[in-house]
Amino acid sequence: MANNKRRHALKMMLALGGGALLSGCDRLSRSDRFVRLLNTAEPLNEKLQRALTGSALAREYTTADISPVFRPNGETDPQNSAYRQLAANQFADYRLEVGGRVQAPQRLTLADIRALPARTQITRHDCVEGWSAIGQWTGARLAALLDLVQPMGDANYVVFRCADLWGRSQEPYYESIDLEEARHPQTLLAYELNGAPLPIANGAPLRLRVERQLGYKMAKYIMAIELVNSFAHIGGGRGGYWEDRGYAWYAGI
Amino acid sequence: MAKDSLPHLSSYRHRLPVRIAHWINVVCLFIMLLSGLQIFNAHAALYWGSASDFDAPWLYIGAARTEDGPAGRTELLGRQFDTAGFLGTSGDADNPEMRAFPAWLTIPGPRWLAMGRQWHFFFAWILVINALLYLTWSAASGHLRELWPNRADWRGIGRSLWDHLLLRHPTGEAATRYNVLQKLAYLGVIFGLGTLIVLTGLCMSPRMDTVLEPLLQLFGGRQSARSLHFIAAMGFVLFVAIHLFEVIVTGPWNNLRSMITGRYDYRADVPGNSRENSHGEQ
Repeated sequence: MANNKRRHALKMMLALGGGALLSGCDRLSRSDRFVRLLNTAEPLNEKLQRALTGSALAREYTTADISPVFRPNGETDPQNSAYRQLAANQFADYRLEVGGRVQAPQRLTLADIRALPARTQITRHDCVEGWSAIGQWTGARLAALLDLVQPMGDANYVVFRCADLWGRSQEPYYESIDLEEARHPQTLLAYELNGAPLPIANGAPLRLRVERQLGYKMAKYIMAIELVNSFAHIGGGRGGYWEDRGYAWYAGI
Repeated sequence: MAKDSLPHLSSYRHRLPVRIAHWINVVCLFIMLLSGLQIFNAHAALYWGSASDFDAPWLYIGAARTEDGPAGRTELLGRQFDTAGFLGTSGDADNPEMRAFPAWLTIPGPRWLAMGRQWHFFFAWILVINALLYLTWSAASGHLRELWPNRADWRGIGRSLWDHLLLRHPTGEAATRYNVLQKLAYLGVIFGLGTLIVLTGLCMSPRMDTVLEPLLQLFGGRQSARSLHFIAAMGFVLFVAIHLFEVIVTGPWNNLRSMITGRYDYRADVPGNSRENSHGEQ
């Protein structure tokens, strides 16, 4: 009897102790100061990984490795009327606006983009959720587009503005990468997946491929590209839709 | 001679660096495991190979639709288990939440991948720095040599295993030193599981993968690395469970104190009492 009571008390103690520990962790997760402390790891990860890997290429696979279905994620069929009109016309009226801190702003048709120096690569796409898929991408090298528009000396980031609208406030998706990433040979504005025009589910007519980072960096439905000095004034100020919701801007990990 | 009349002795069993590293490990492993389960929950399936074959995970935690609402199911190597209330569905029994691991096993509690990652990657640094400091000190101080089994240890491994299974543990002076199974367990965790979990963790980073291809090949691809990372984490859970069990059956307060102050009390060996000396004659 006494033993039972003691066991019960011990169980209660463990449950209460464990519960207190975990609710403590939840409280810390909502404390700005603690989250800032956790975030001190992000620049460390970025600096160390950049130093260790330099401009090394992501592995390229063979056609035999291509996933039967390249899983689309996030938005897979934007419903807003502007995008629907473009899609209805097979993107014939699509124009990519490239501006911001550049010497020569451009307004490009898909044909213009297809005429830029291109690259085809079979790469592995890693989602922040944990899964991976392998696909063959063909697209214009972003470096070639940068050569065309000539970024000004104070341009630090390339911002991608997208057609897909998110959340209750219907906020457009956006992302940003730095110029080093933008000039990496495998960084593409992809218009083909597995040898066919990019499907709507995977970001038609144009999506970003940044092969050394996670999937959420690879903006789909790109409508405009802007070179900026800082992204502090865009969206929530953290450089991307998911970054504004707590995900790391540097998504190499 | 009555047992209680044996002289009580105490020894300084754990040096300060070991004690500090131990408690930092406790905090880090707790946070790494629970934030890791939060991250796992974002895609509660594990695969072998480079990419995910969504039709053939070797481990999948989800929920089946039933007349009474969603019911947690776990598929392991093609076999399905009813895990409602714990894995797949958990929380309020009348209105369960659909999630792989329950809220009481994840950091943070609610579904919050971004925050789980922040915890995981911060404490990964603490864990690795702690491990490097511990290893450096261990190599320099001779502690590592103490951990390495000697010839007598290897010879006594069968007996030690048998003694552990019968819960017969050294009580005398021998209790102040690591026995052979302890040595192998600690070395295995430090150099085996520890190395495996760090390397498979690094292999999940697409940026690190640009220079870690040989390692990735060794593990069998990124999804294999994710699977092995999970398996290594379960290995740590198993180690901690056995470790805590042994701590409890060999005198929890004495053990706990020895890991806090270093002091460990034991009874003096007397002829015919010490297991080490008398074992052959029993």
